[in-house]
Amino acid sequence: MDKNLRFKAIVIAATILVSFYGVFGIPKSKDDLVKNFQKNIKLGLDLRGGSHLVLQVQVQDAFKAEADSDIERLKEVLNKQNINFASIDRNEPATLAEADTIQINIKGVAVDKAAALRSAISDGFDAWVLSSVSSADYKLTIKPTKALELRRDTLSRSMSTIESRINGLGLAESTVQQRGGNTNESELLVQLPGVDDPARIKQILGTAALLELYEVKEGPFANREQAMLNFGGVLPLNSKILRSPAKAEQAEAVYVVGRTPVITGRDLRNARPQQGEFGKWETSFTLNQDAARRFGRFTETHIGKRLAIVLDSNIRSAPTIQNRIEDSGRITGAADQQDASDLALVLRAGSLPASVTYLEERTVGPSLGADSIRQGLIAGLVGLVVVIFIMLAYYHKSGINATVALVLNAIILIAALAYAEAVLTLPGIAGIILLIGMAVDSNVLIFERIREEIANGKGVIAAIDAGFSKAFLTIIDTHVTTVVSCAFLFIFGTGPVRGFAVTLVIGLIANVFTSVFVSRFIFDWEMSGKKQVASLSI
Amino acid sequence: MELFKNTNFDFLGKKWPFIIASLVLTAAGLGSLAMKGGPQYGIDFRGGVNMYVKFAQAPPVEKIRSSLGAKIPGEITVVEIPGTSEVIIGTELNDEKALDAARRTVEDTLKSTFGATAGKFDLHNTGAAALADRLRDPLSRAGAGLSDQQLTDLAKAITAFRDGNPNFGLLKSLDQLSAVPGVNANILNVMKQELALSPFGIRQVEVVGPKVGAELRNQAILATLYALAGMLVYIAFRFEWIYGAAAVLAVFHDVIITIGLFSLFGKEITLTVIAALLTLVGYSMNDTIVVFDRIRENLKSMRREKFETLVNSSVNQTLSRTVLTSGLTFVSAVALLLFGGPVLNGFSFALVAGIIVGTYSSIFIASPILIWWKNSMEGRKANGGPEKVALSSASKQAAK
Repeated sequence: MDKNLRFKAIVIAATILVSFYGVFGIPKSKDDLVKNFQKNIKLGLDLRGGSHLVLQVQVQDAFKAEADSDIERLKEVLNKQNINFASIDRNEPATLAEADTIQINIKGVAVDKAAALRSAISDGFDAWVLSSVSSADYKLTIKPTKALELRRDTLSRSMSTIESRINGLGLAESTVQQRGGNTNESELLVQLPGVDDPARIKQILGTAALLELYEVKEGPFANREQAMLNFGGVLPLNSKILRSPAKAEQAEAVYVVGRTPVITGRDLRNARPQQGEFGKWETSFTLNQDAARRFGRFTETHIGKRLAIVLDSNIRSAPTIQNRIEDSGRITGAADQQDASDLALVLRAGSLPASVTYLEERTVGPSLGADSIRQGLIAGLVGLVVVIFIMLAYYHKSGINATVALVLNAIILIAALAYAEAVLTLPGIAGIILLIGMAVDSNVLIFERIREEIANGKGVIAAIDAGFSKAFLTIIDTHVTTVVSCAFLFIFGTGPVRGFAVTLVIGLIANVFTSVFVSRFIFDWEMSGKKQVASLSI
Repeated sequence: MELFKNTNFDFLGKKWPFIIASLVLTAAGLGSLAMKGGPQYGIDFRGGVNMYVKFAQAPPVEKIRSSLGAKIPGEITVVEIPGTSEVIIGTELNDEKALDAARRTVEDTLKSTFGATAGKFDLHNTGAAALADRLRDPLSRAGAGLSDQQLTDLAKAITAFRDGNPNFGLLKSLDQLSAVPGVNANILNVMKQELALSPFGIRQVEVVGPKVGAELRNQAILATLYALAGMLVYIAFRFEWIYGAAAVLAVFHDVIITIGLFSLFGKEITLTVIAALLTLVGYSMNDTIVVFDRIRENLKSMRREKFETLVNSSVNQTLSRTVLTSGLTFVSAVALLLFGGPVLNGFSFALVAGIIVGTYSSIFIASPILIWWKNSMEGRKANGGPEKVALSSASKQAAK
């Protein structure tokens, strides 16, 4: 064997070894072999089952909340400085795009207080721009830089909340990312491989989980009208009405509660599920030090009154305060253990700063994935066997050469996928099956060329040489063209289409190596040492 | 074995029947598209809800439709997947919140209409965590209490058994669970008391809002156009621009015909079908380039021949490769169509159709365009000036 040939043999052997290591690791037993294979070949959501969710953060909610808290603050400041006003309210941006149009309206300010109002705004409300609508009316609009900041902050808080909820669920390998990679994009892409109960996960990720504890001023009432009637049609200052939805043991009721909560979810230190009286499941929570002090003072002064425990604007329960409570409470009314522990989980992870809506859900049940793998494998094997059979029948001994190149091509492709930690998807399997056909094309091109050269009267060795070098140009042209189209697929495509493009490109590169380099080596190896070669089995 | 030896078919002389066939196919496809108001987009591009539900027996299509129709506004489609006991339940396009609600309603309605016996827990539509939760107390009451870890492992083993080969989601009876490692007679007894098997399992759920749908559609169209432009530029760079234009026109022809066939056969265009269309673009391009490559090579050795003769012999020289490669790729695609299952059906259909169209378009569409262009250039040159006329007539004389 000459030096050049030996070098090529080493390169090929090394490639095969590296490929096998990538797929199977260093197996010590048969079980190891299977285990390593399953570890190295990562299956996509469509093959192993799981959920792909796209959710949109309704950023306008955060803008409204920001405006609401600033309105409360503004009222206090204006009262303190004796700047009288008729009313302060805000508009209602309905969609994401309208979030920036948030506006606070201040009406009925005396003309001689205009300067005072201006300085009050510029001192304490630097997020807003004050402009006058008429002589007595003003509006506050949000500064663009502040709007951007608020938007980003809302998104990153939503993302980290969702992340911590997913972590709390113990879902390994899940990812949360901003869609499109743009930091202003208000859509989040959540990938949950292996999830077998997507409806529950969606519920957990989508709930706002805003916990608030309110002082109950009056109640319960049967409905809103009765509550209003109790106050002669006008609610007392600093109070609002909250609903307690109908439950198994009690009908729907409404309560009149204080406007600002005593305690919110942010004051929580921990939350966990537990079994309460009569074995019913509930979620208990503990408060952090600062909140515990506040809560202690509050409960001490309100013994005998009711406290409303409110989750996402619905009253879960309104127990009567029996004595001073320091740092803990419980939320009753869970349907079962899972319900209670789900609630504990979302409370621990914190509330979402804005509500979310689901734009897209793709869920593949694990049984479908298993079925698809089986069908894909059968299709692949049938295709492979037929192709090999035809190659052997058509090209005789050289068909073996093509078969070796083909199988090696598939092994390198799978190994490359394993090394790149790319996931194998259903379209990816389709790409591999397609590659079987395309890999054969390179060999056919070369072999047909060699036959032609032999028919033109060239010697076997010269014909092999000419065949490879002439076909090489064609192979490069066809491969590069396909790679170009795959590049666009990758850039503009989404999930499954991308997987397909990646698989095909890796396969095409491996194909150039196997059909040109390896196949040539096998021919050369067969010819080596022979001075005169009379015929070639092709 | 050799299929073709030194063939010399006059392909380009017989191009008209094929071009006419192409035109008829294109017209039929476009006509069908026009009648149906554009391509029939799958849920990926259209938006809506699709749920794939597998039934133990033949699916009660009418009952599904009527039970859902009462609960969900708008049209409900229930389509059987041929050769399986699966149905695809679809709802109309709506805004995101309504879609999400519809998805939940479909699931709940299926459970209440066809679901397991009341009071029992449906093993077919549950996750491992919920199953473990449900079994915890009954097991400990029956004196088979397990640690949390053991219980989780047991639940996972049961769901894995349910989903794997050969059950694929639906069990025939709870007695089958005795084959699951860790299940003893006592545990099996408890499970028989607590669990039930509903006659269906939800296999796949797709909910696509109108915003994402429109986005995906634009992305797919963009990807196809950019891919075509990219290939045109590459071929123009490697050959001449007219080669690029001829190749892209031929490929465009293949795509139009394939989309037309989808419309004629009433198949939906989904994201995976787009992947197949782009594959066939690459494949047909591959085929065209092999022929063009031969033409380029022959231009050096056969300078004296008429361009049409040259192209014809190039097609003949590459014929056995074309037939063999197309045949083998076709075999792979047919294997995919026959054995790949319903999920890959659209994908393989596009490939099978595309390979046939793509193979003959290199010979009967791309090559004639090239010849037509060269001939008209020659004609223009001939009218251009006396010197050039003299040159070309001299070369024709020499050729004789």
